[in-house]
Amino acid sequence: MASATQLEFEKPIAELERQIDEIKKTAGDSQLSVAEAIEPLERKLEDLREEVYRNLTPFQRVQVARNPRRPFTADYIKLAFTDFIELHGDRAFRDDAAIIGGWARLDDDTVMVIGHQRGRDTKEQLKRNFGMPHPEGYRKALRLMKLAEKFHVPVLTFIDTQGAWAGLGAEERGQSEAIARNLYEMSQLQVPIIATVIGEGGSGGALALGVADRVLMMENAVYSVISVEGCAAILWKDAKSPEMREKAATALRITAPELLELKVIDEVVPEPKGGAHADHETAAKSLQAVVNRHLEELRKMRPEKLVRRRRQKFLRLGAWTE
Amino acid sequence: MAWFRKEKKPRLPRHEKHEIPPDAWEKCDRCGHTDLREKFVRNLNVCPNCGFHRRIRASEYAAILLDEGTSEETELDIRSTDPLGFPEYPARLKKATSAAGEGDAILTFTGKLGGMPVCLAVMDFAFMGGSMGSVVGEKIARLGQLAIERKYPLIIISASGGARMQEGVLSLMQMAKAAAILSQLSERRVPYVSILTNPTTGGVSASFSMLGDAILAEPGAVIGFAGPRVIKQTIGQELPEGFQTAEFLLEHGIVDSVVPRSELKQTVGQLLRHMSGKEASAGWTTT
Repeated sequence: MASATQLEFEKPIAELERQIDEIKKTAGDSQLSVAEAIEPLERKLEDLREEVYRNLTPFQRVQVARNPRRPFTADYIKLAFTDFIELHGDRAFRDDAAIIGGWARLDDDTVMVIGHQRGRDTKEQLKRNFGMPHPEGYRKALRLMKLAEKFHVPVLTFIDTQGAWAGLGAEERGQSEAIARNLYEMSQLQVPIIATVIGEGGSGGALALGVADRVLMMENAVYSVISVEGCAAILWKDAKSPEMREKAATALRITAPELLELKVIDEVVPEPKGGAHADHETAAKSLQAVVNRHLEELRKMRPEKLVRRRRQKFLRLGAWTE
Repeated sequence: MAWFRKEKKPRLPRHEKHEIPPDAWEKCDRCGHTDLREKFVRNLNVCPNCGFHRRIRASEYAAILLDEGTSEETELDIRSTDPLGFPEYPARLKKATSAAGEGDAILTFTGKLGGMPVCLAVMDFAFMGGSMGSVVGEKIARLGQLAIERKYPLIIISASGGARMQEGVLSLMQMAKAAAILSQLSERRVPYVSILTNPTTGGVSASFSMLGDAILAEPGAVIGFAGPRVIKQTIGQELPEGFQTAEFLLEHGIVDSVVPRSELKQTVGQLLRHMSGKEASAGWTTT
């Protein structure tokens, strides 16, 4: 079904889906009689999905990553975890709904889950501030990480934000300090941390949940130092034209395979055909399997070794000559 | 006609008076005060009239903070590469190198401050807006490592618009890298003083510059996560007077003190002596 969130390059897929729906509808009670007609169409649909998603350009991936139909942190929590109980607030200023977190179980074991939370409809988007946290959001996240550390429980974070909020209150309350503090504390937290970029990983506001023993990325997620539009505006004074956005998206190397090559991430988590938004459950199962495998490895390490390796991992990043 | 020529003579010395080269004078960017350049320089490039702190180069900060003849620059040969194959980046690097006369946006030193050995890093805004790429991160990490090994206190002076986008996510990761080395410094109880100058924003402000055991800022410096232009765009209204200045941050509890350039050395020395268990320096004690 075509909707406002329909992406341009997904239109052929939507069209085929519509055709199949149409046939099913006209068939009414005699579904069996049309099964034969539908089958090749469904196969074609599958091929088309695969084809479109195999050939996504970097900027199309940005659009997929931002798609509000994609699974959010709360969706992954619902689908891959059990026994979740949300914890609120930074104990100092207020509860920031752009970040959610709490205790949950992953295959019966308690973990602390923390992630950016976007909204699907306008009301929810406003409540969540479009997934762009204020300092109190990062401070809540840190509070929960320290709580997990206290009880020797691993921390799983989900990154899904355009960036930290740029506004008066955010600056007054020390947005920079809140982010910096998280980087610092995460680089010495005594429990395993696994971070997954599930949608858009935008700059420092993303990294503030991203200093981890393992950094994973969903196949169609992006991770960038600056938004594609911001980059195009600064370098080429043009944030609007599709060509410049594509140029920036390509230049910045923001896709999962590219970041794997740069060693910024450790593994790409496969998404179902047609992207995670086409099938939340399969996406969640896929992520769950990868997280579980890494968690098993990390649980075997003593805290000192864990922290030493985590620091080394980030201290090695970069490229220079001498 | 003789009388006519005669009249010209007294004009000559008057004309010579104007021979002072025009570049001997400088004008303050804030208050418009015009004074001899030498006076600005002697005043550490702070306006003698209004106290406006002009931007100065990394090497000048080193000269202000470190005792004469003690400073030694470290890691001189690390240079940026173009890891992403980013459009026009190599050309921009080349231009920045020749314009700034430095290898990248940070200089690192060892030296003495009031007789006390220290490690000092100073960012240089003249090199691509002080942007932080891999070289900035790596030089901070190496200086931090040296500070740990020698147990020398660390001082970092920030001046930066943020992460360098031409190195993409690798620049972003330098924020985590700096935080990782600082957490090690902290573990070994090596003091770290962060000094914020105009401007300190973006990825630099959201990393090492906000992690000092003491955070000092120069008067009037613009400090914040998002730049003022971006915030204005997001909220669609004018920003209040003085928003994101050093004084604003002091008022909101984000920096320890706003310190004029002329007092930086003494203040840093005093702090480091407290934090490293050293006696007060003679003549430095303030009441």
